[in-house]
Order: sequence, then C-alpha cells, then structure tokens
Amino acid sequence: MVNPQMVMYEEEFNQIQAVVDRLVRDANAKVVFIVDKNGQLISASGDIDNVDTTSLASLTAGNIAATGGMAKLLKENEFATQFHEGEKQNIHIQLVGNRVILVVIFDTRSSLGLVRLRVKKANEELNHIFEQLLKKVQEPGADSPFAEITDEDIDNLFND
Amino acid sequence: MSFINYMAREINCKLVYYGPGLCGKTTNLQYIYERTNPEAKGKMISLATETERTLFFDFLPLSLGEIRGFKTRFHLYTVPGQVFYDASRKLILKGVDGVIFVADSQIERTEANLESVENLRTNLAEQGYSLDKLPYVVQYNKRDLPNVAGLEELREMINTTKVPDFEAVARTGVGVFDTLKAVAKLVLTELRKGG
Ligand SMILES: Nc1nc2c(ncn2[C@@H]2O[C@H](COP(=O)(O)OP(=O)(O)OP(=O)(O)O)[C@@H](O)[C@H]2O)c(=O)[nH]1
Ligand SMILES: [Mg+2]
Repeated sequence: MVNPQMVMYEEEFNQIQAVVDRLVRDANAKVVFIVDKNGQLISASGDIDNVDTTSLASLTAGNIAATGGMAKLLKENEFATQFHEGEKQNIHIQLVGNRVILVVIFDTRSSLGLVRLRVKKANEELNHIFEQLLKKVQEPGADSPFAEITDEDIDNLFND
Repeated sequence: MSFINYMAREINCKLVYYGPGLCGKTTNLQYIYERTNPEAKGKMISLATETERTLFFDFLPLSLGEIRGFKTRFHLYTVPGQVFYDASRKLILKGVDGVIFVADSQIERTEANLESVENLRTNLAEQGYSLDKLPYVVQYNKRDLPNVAGLEELREMINTTKVPDFEAVARTGVGVFDTLKAVAKLVLTELRKGG
C-alpha cells in the first residue's frame, strides 16, 4: 500500500475536536471543519445542522486536488491557503501539513484578518496532533478491527 | 485509502467508476441514488458541463450497514470519461480503495474501451498503485442496444485478469447493484487483510 491507512483514535479525535471547537469561538466563525485530502470528514463544529458537511467535504477535497494539480503544473508547491468571498458568507481553506484541510466558513460577524490569525494558531496545533497520529498509526500491532471479520459478516451486509 | 474512525465507529472507503466517455458511469450513480433509502444516502453531487458530461466528478455517499459495530460508508465517485480530462481523472483516483471499470458494449466503442483501461492502468501506476492488486470489477454496460459486441469477446479484450464482471443496462438498473456489491465485498475483504 502506498498510503498509510488513515485511522482516527479517541484521544486524537478529542484533541482535534477541541481545536476546532475553539476556532469556531475565537474566529467568530459559522462553521469549521476538517477533511482529509480524499474528502472524508474528520471533525466539524459550529452551526453544522444547517450545512451539508459531507458534500462540502468532498467538494473541498476536489478543490484542493484541483489547485494542487495547478500548482504542480506551475512547479509551485501546493497553494496552502485559499479564500472565497461571497455576498454573505466567506470560506477560508487552509492546508494543514499537506495532509488535511481546515475549512472556516464565516460571515460579517467576523473578518478575514481575524480568521487568518486564528487559523494560523490552529494550524500549528493541528499539525502537531496529526504528526502524533501518523506515528501511532505506523506503530506495529495497531490491528485493524476488521482482521476478524468473516465472509458471512460481509454477506450479511448485503442481505437486507 | 480507507479511513477507520474509532471515535465515530465508522469505516470510510472510496470507490471510483472509470471508463470511456458516455459509457454510463454517471447513470450508474444516478440509479443507485434513486434506489437507495434516504437514510442510507447523502446528496449526489455532479460537477458537469451544460450538456451533462462529467466535468470533474460525481459524488455519492452511501451507508451500507454495520459490521462488528462499525458503520460502513462508501464514497462513490465517477471520473470524466472524455479523453482530454485526464488531469482530473488522475486527481480522482487519489486514495482509491476499489475501482469499477464500466465498458460501453457497443462495437464502435471497442477502441475507446481499450484506451480507457490502458489509461486507468497508467494513471494508477503513476501513483504507485497496481490495478492487479486493487479491488477491481468490470461492468459491460448498454447490453440493451442492438449493436453490441458478444460477452466473451468483451471479456477477452477488457477483462484480461479475469476479475468479477457483470452485464448491465445502467439506464434501467440491470446489473448496477450487483456490480457495486461485488466491488464493496472485495474492498471489505481487503480490509480484513489489514490493507
Ligand atoms: N441504451 C442505454 N443507454 C445508456 C445506458 N447507460 C447509460 N446510457 C446513456 O448513455 C448516455 C451517457 O451516460 P452517462 O452516464 O452520462 O455517461 P458517462 O460515462 O458518465 O459519460 P462522461 O461523464 O462523459 O464520462 C446517457 O444518455 C445515458 O442515458 C444503457 O445501459 N443503455
Ligand atoms: Mg459522467
């Protein structure tokens, strides 16, 4: 396998969630979420009942993949930051350690300056957490919960 | 690359529908979307041109149920089949856990099918994957049309590694879920090996 398996444990999840929760408050944001580069949602906070975070996660990853492709053609490193300005809402996208994507959605209650400032701090913290997580995943003996599943388990999934 | 979330007790896998332009990849996803219970699916997203050709990707999140207390979630993507969208196809293959090759059974699409399989191999190899090691199934679509190649002929041309394969009419749904189930099974079996 080229990519190490992405795994999330309770300990790191709680650390990440704490960073994301705090960022919502400190940046006066509407929604903050973290997505891996394949579009899978890792954590979200804020007014998440009113947004489709699954769809947003996939589109964010597509967006980062596309700009990453553009960067490659220009022999640039990744474009680590993106900002999209709407009439009422804005989106700030930050690549964290080239592994995951931090997205902040905010409106007029906040400002780009404030969001940038708070994202910078969160970025450092998240980078650290994800580095730890990656180490943990690569440790031997981190067994997959699926090691024991049977053909029957898999078949049952499709029988309803 | 699947994503195991111990906190949410979820496993997420990425499946990609690949194949030449107009072979019916988007139609597969549309049928799955229509026939899935609301609680088991999210919104389907299609980034398409005005003529409904896929421009970047289609996306459909599905839940298939639980295994040993873990929710299994599959993210279904299609690539744009048109030849000149190759850069986008490469991006969508990133992190893939399973591939469905949708072939267009019409005789005049023979060349397009072969080019597309070859393109799939090349694009996977560029990212360090091998099609032979990945959960992979083949679907022969548009079996309802009059000008189609014979099944054995298609098999010989496209499915050289003899992976599970299915005849389909995606427009009416024939073979669509069989194809999906087959690749999902292979992906879960791969996880058991600790992939
Ligand atoms: N007769 C017939 N037509 C089909 C079948 N499956 C798809 N089509 C039609 O073929 C056309 C193209 O289908 P799409 O699903 O958009 O093809 P695609 O592979 O997504 O094409 P790109 O997005 O360009 O890569 C549509 O008009 C479909 O209705 C089938 O099984 N039989
Ligand atoms: Mg399409």
